[in-house]
Amino acid sequence: MSSTPTILEDVTGSEASLRRFLHGLPGVDQVGAEARAAGLATRSIKTSAKEFALDLAIRMVDLTTLEGQDTPGKVRALSAKAIRPDPADPTCPSTAAVCVYPDMVAVAKETLGTSGVHVAAVATAFPSGRAALDIKLADVRDAVEAGADEIDMVIDRGAFLAGRYQHVFDEIVAVRDACRRQDGEDAHLKVIFETGELQTYDNVRRASWLAMMAGAHFIKTSTGKVQPAATLPVTLVMLQAVRDYRAMTGQMVGVKPAGGIRTAKDAIKYLVMVNEVAGDDWLDPDWFRFGASTLLNDLLMQRTKMKTGRYSGPDYFTLD
Amino acid sequence: MSRIDVRKTYKLYIGGAFPRSESSYTYEVLDSKGKFVANAALASRKDARDAVGAARKAFGGWSSRTAYNRAQIIYRIAEVMEDRRPQFVQAVSQSEGLSAAKAGGVVDEAIDRLVWYAGWADKITQVVGNANPVAGPFFNLSTPEPTGVVAVLAPQDSSLLGLVSVVAPVIVTGNTTVVVSSYERPLPAVTFAEVLATSDVPGGVVNILTGSAATVGPWLAAHMDVNAIDLTGIAGDAGLAADLEVAAADNLKRVRRAPAAEPDWLLDPGLEPMTAFLETKTVWHPIGV
Amino acid sequence: MPFEYAPALESRAIVDIKPSYGLFVDGQFVEGHGTPFKTISPATEEVLAEVAEADEADIDAAVKVARRAYDRVWSRMPGRERAKYLYRIARIIQERSRELAVLESLDNGKPIKESRDVDVPTVAAHFFYYAGWADKLEYAGRGDDPQPLGVAAQVIPWNFPLLMLAWKVAPALACGNTVVLKPAETTPLTALLFAEICQQADLPPGVVNIVTGAGATGQALVGHPGVDKVAFTGSTEVGKAIARSVAGTHKRVTLELGGKAANIVFDDAPIDQAVEGIVDGIFFNQGHVCCAGSRLLVQESIVDDLLERLKSRMSTLRMGDPLDKNTDIGAINSGEQLKRIRELSEVGDAEGAERWEVACDLPTKGFWFPPTLFTGVSQAHRIAREEIFGPVLSVLTFRTPAEALEKANNTPYGLSAGVWTDKGSLILKMASSLRAGVVWANTFNKFDPTSPFGGYKESGYGREGGRHGLEAYLK
Repeated sequence: MSSTPTILEDVTGSEASLRRFLHGLPGVDQVGAEARAAGLATRSIKTSAKEFALDLAIRMVDLTTLEGQDTPGKVRALSAKAIRPDPADPTCPSTAAVCVYPDMVAVAKETLGTSGVHVAAVATAFPSGRAALDIKLADVRDAVEAGADEIDMVIDRGAFLAGRYQHVFDEIVAVRDACRRQDGEDAHLKVIFETGELQTYDNVRRASWLAMMAGAHFIKTSTGKVQPAATLPVTLVMLQAVRDYRAMTGQMVGVKPAGGIRTAKDAIKYLVMVNEVAGDDWLDPDWFRFGASTLLNDLLMQRTKMKTGRYSGPDYFTLD
Repeated sequence: MSRIDVRKTYKLYIGGAFPRSESSYTYEVLDSKGKFVANAALASRKDARDAVGAARKAFGGWSSRTAYNRAQIIYRIAEVMEDRRPQFVQAVSQSEGLSAAKAGGVVDEAIDRLVWYAGWADKITQVVGNANPVAGPFFNLSTPEPTGVVAVLAPQDSSLLGLVSVVAPVIVTGNTTVVVSSYERPLPAVTFAEVLATSDVPGGVVNILTGSAATVGPWLAAHMDVNAIDLTGIAGDAGLAADLEVAAADNLKRVRRAPAAEPDWLLDPGLEPMTAFLETKTVWHPIGV
Repeated sequence: MPFEYAPALESRAIVDIKPSYGLFVDGQFVEGHGTPFKTISPATEEVLAEVAEADEADIDAAVKVARRAYDRVWSRMPGRERAKYLYRIARIIQERSRELAVLESLDNGKPIKESRDVDVPTVAAHFFYYAGWADKLEYAGRGDDPQPLGVAAQVIPWNFPLLMLAWKVAPALACGNTVVLKPAETTPLTALLFAEICQQADLPPGVVNIVTGAGATGQALVGHPGVDKVAFTGSTEVGKAIARSVAGTHKRVTLELGGKAANIVFDDAPIDQAVEGIVDGIFFNQGHVCCAGSRLLVQESIVDDLLERLKSRMSTLRMGDPLDKNTDIGAINSGEQLKRIRELSEVGDAEGAERWEVACDLPTKGFWFPPTLFTGVSQAHRIAREEIFGPVLSVLTFRTPAEALEKANNTPYGLSAGVWTDKGSLILKMASSLRAGVVWANTFNKFDPTSPFGGYKESGYGREGGRHGLEAYLK
């Protein structure tokens, strides 16, 4: 079943019409886009604005561990941290989700319980996506059955770069179908572009529209396994895409930069960009996430600094 | 009984045609010994107006021709002049009172100067343009472009070499021009106009008015559709030069000021006669994927 | 809950504004003999300082001092030594950059992010660039032994006070000229701080002289017979008066005057960057920019979409305290300028154009005008022809490249133009056919010391910046 808005049904009908549409999107001038991102990055967020931004950023974190060495112990510790990031401060909000491989979903789900913190699973032969479709779909169903609230899939970058847009589109549609549950509590779908492999902003813009038309709930920059991962200008282009998509279809799509965002200062730059490019409707964990691991501790340190008036140190925050 | 020769009517050269003065006025042109030679058309302010109109009309086409094409046309002027060399020698000799040998030297110099300028058409951009290494991801290039319609008050003494030396640098870069010839020595300018008319120079690129710089000059200096003015032809007349500079300020014409005395036309002209009527355009473009 | 940015004020503590300032002549601050005037902060109308007015005798003294410094010191100094003074100045500007930025924002009303990130760094870069030319002039393509002109009279405007000073002073000094510079009467303070920088650099006395005052002081300076060169940036009207006043003299002149630039957006433009370029083009520095993209020419097929995007973008512009680091739009420089902007905008209303402005609360003190655009503007409207010099954009449409060119060039001005399209050959066609001294393609309002800047037609003559900028100060 397609979730493409009626207004765009003609577009997604064939390879040729998809290509025409995606290549008819306005181009992105690299220098101008990067200059705009750099300009927004000079915003100075102080005092009450900073307090607001730090808490919001914590609430937007998909606390992530995606390592071969992951164990149930590690995932439990991470999940505990997601629920109570700062054990010393009960006012500190929980993160949005923890993000793990499919085989760790059950463990995470068990620890998170009814905390409200979601479990996100990377599926579809993450990170390369180089597997047959039925294997990718099995990967997804496995995670969904284990209780994943959110599925982070990767697109087939090879197909995208070869211009096989219909193939990429169909895969996203298939994965979204695989996200369904009998009880109607479907897992939300985040679509990862691996923008470091797509390379150009024109490609990022096309991938954004392709994924949105195929029914993505979120569009996500990167797996974290390829450099460069999330950058401000890439996220700018994606925020422009979701803004324009809502203007055309009335539907909101979320954005998730992932990888490389390590400091509170960086996170705040992203929030400024969300605020001024997409608008404050997106300033919500339902519509904007950070895929990150070390970011959380820096957010916590800065939060403590705001509350105590002195700089904190890493020894005061857990390393999970 | 010897044959009665057929005399030429000397007329203006506007828009590629040879009209009489709109006012129908003429004035007597005498040779260097004071003997009557011919009646020349006395250009009026309306002739100046018409000439400016013709020059403006010609500007778009002339300025957008390739430099190579302009070079060939200027070279063609030299070829046709060479072909009519005896006539020019006679005219210069008569006008300036030079011996045939000396007049021949002047004509040779004028032809050679055209050849020199012809070669500049596709080189001046390379010499005065610039690639600018700006501190950012931008392609940045400065190139010279013609100023537009240039009024030229041609020198009073050097009726041919001086004339060529102020006209060629203006048109070789793509400007069009309205020239006021030497008042007392206008006939070589009219003959030069006849060369232009047969040298592939598009009508209106060069318009030649015979008459008085003091009379026509102020109209050209004040004309709001003239972009620049060369005051060489009123060398030594500081009062008139100042008045014309004041008039030229009304639309901020580029002014090539009047020298204290007419220069030695045998000297190397350098770039200044060309650069005085060039604008520098700088184009920026981002460099990215 | 909306994300409200708390005030983020740049501290004023770094600047030490004196209660009164004299003229800077012969390396020292001296009294002026005209009527002192006050310079205010346009954001608050607070009086910042009292500044001396130079009368004719003061100008005469300054020109004589500059002549003496030219004859005895500066024109004789080897280029490599002059270069080192300019490098010193560039370095001190970098060292004192925050102080200069704060003072500029206070006196001019421009946002600190612009004075800090654009004006002052470009000033330092300009001195650095021309410092390097001082001992290489024989390679500038102007002959083996180019010579300075003498004493340069320089009159600069209030929109980029320190940057325009740099554009004038750096090449003049590099070429071996000495200068007498008059800053605008509403923004004299950074020029006077620059005088202090000259002292710190031990620049020989008399090489740079700064005389403050208004139009009469400028006239006296430009008209002084001891001046060899006049460089002016400002209005076309004053530029014409200067061109008249130097008629019949030996004075060389460069004029950088007004503009009414077309910013042309084709239907295949990189649309988000075009919107940024439009905003930069007309709202940068409150639109107090001679090369501002004040006429937006939009291809008819995308005008609705573009305007929607533009309005939405304009709504995110933050207007307010120039010293707030998040301010995008500061104060209009003076009550007089505000009056002119209001008058011309009212003409726009009266001529039937439709006004749209950003909804925002204007401060009660100071001079403010919200970012504004007019739609339904035709070429015949005064707001499409006259320079408003404020944050007011006139929007026109076109159907074909030829129509865009015709409209863009249909003005007595010719300073700058912008083109937005993804089609390379169209960019080159437009760039070569626009009669303007600077063409920004897929960008706007970019400046660099190496890049020549200046106009066609009534936007003035001569170039500032780059190798071409040397021409104005050499014979």
